[in-house]
Amino acid sequence: MSANKAARVGEEIWKGRIDKVNAELVTLTYGTIVAQLCKDFEADYVEVNKQLDRMGYNIGLRLIEDYLAKSNTMRRCSNFRETADMIAKVGFKIFLNITPTVTNWTSDSKQFSLVFEENPLADFVELPDDGRAQDELWYSNIFCGVLRGALEMVQMQVEAHFISDVLRGNDTTEMRVSLIRYIDDELPPEDD
Amino acid sequence: MSNLQPAKGSSKDQPGLRYPTSGKTIYHRPLNRTKAAELSGSSFAYLFSEMVGYASKKIESIQDLEKRLNVQGHPIGLKLLDLLLYREPTRSQTRPLNIITLLHFIKINVWQHLFGRAADGLEKSSDPSKPDEYMIIDNEPLVNRYISVPKDMSQLNCAAYVAGIIEGVCDGSAFPARVTAHSVGKQEEGEMWPGRTVFLVKFAPEVMEREGYLGKS
Repeated sequence: MSANKAARVGEEIWKGRIDKVNAELVTLTYGTIVAQLCKDFEADYVEVNKQLDRMGYNIGLRLIEDYLAKSNTMRRCSNFRETADMIAKVGFKIFLNITPTVTNWTSDSKQFSLVFEENPLADFVELPDDGRAQDELWYSNIFCGVLRGALEMVQMQVEAHFISDVLRGNDTTEMRVSLIRYIDDELPPEDD
Repeated sequence: MSNLQPAKGSSKDQPGLRYPTSGKTIYHRPLNRTKAAELSGSSFAYLFSEMVGYASKKIESIQDLEKRLNVQGHPIGLKLLDLLLYREPTRSQTRPLNIITLLHFIKINVWQHLFGRAADGLEKSSDPSKPDEYMIIDNEPLVNRYISVPKDMSQLNCAAYVAGIIEGVCDGSAFPARVTAHSVGKQEEGEMWPGRTVFLVKFAPEVMEREGYLGKS
């Protein structure tokens, strides 16, 4: 599917087939989750990042079904570039009504960036002014886990991490996604 | 390690938060921008299920779990109170000054904002020995839509999160209260509202005392 077509498909699904809730309910709920983690781990932000990633991974494992059912694309992406477009223009669109920009490809087409112009999770957010949060916390780290989990379920092992965030004072919010390998189909154990 | 570079124009030694070079901070963001914005219901359901899953680790009892969910909702209520009042037209921007206006504000404004509709009922406890108890009723709490409670945890109602939000609104309005969520839907077949939930609002004694004084004058 071409990038333009993916964008149209995403838009169509968002308009017609998605059950919606107030955005602030989601934003505030994510906020309270992160705040609770910061409290529970006593501002050990590295650990908070890990927890968020883990939560995202759990979500990703289940979200992929939802994505496949709603997007009705029962065809495998033909390459990683197409996968990237589908993530940005269909995946992010139908769950969060945003389409991050896919950019900064490496020449081997195995690594790209998602640049978030908008990020509903980070609305109303300011990181704690404790001299550390802006250097250590990746507030939206749950996204990394979601991608890792969801792609694993469709035989792609990826690694994802943020490299900048406007909440940290950077000019952009950018996530780096790398394809590690395609996971081979494992044959189910034989029935005797 | 490109991610460790400090943003342009600021250094790590400087105190205070760093901001993007555009100078945009959350204080530049119009508060009404996402007033009517929507996200998918699934995104909420996924986050909420992770929140409940996380809160159910290392708990000793169901009450413990409900308490944790309540605590996570509380700060949201505190903030929503200000946000929703700010968004009211100027003439109705006053804070609720008695129990009934406060509960109405919750039933109508808070519910409408969070769940897209008003709550289904508001009642005063019929037990004369409990004049401090009120009930907000939701026939089908949105937060419980995709939650199925295991049999061995049947007293659990994850809407404790919403109870926490209500409690936050009450506390923020200077009507301190304890709010708990209770499932009252019958689990029989053909039951119209099996997920019916009552939010029991129990106001602190000083609130009742003040209300008594105000009522007399």
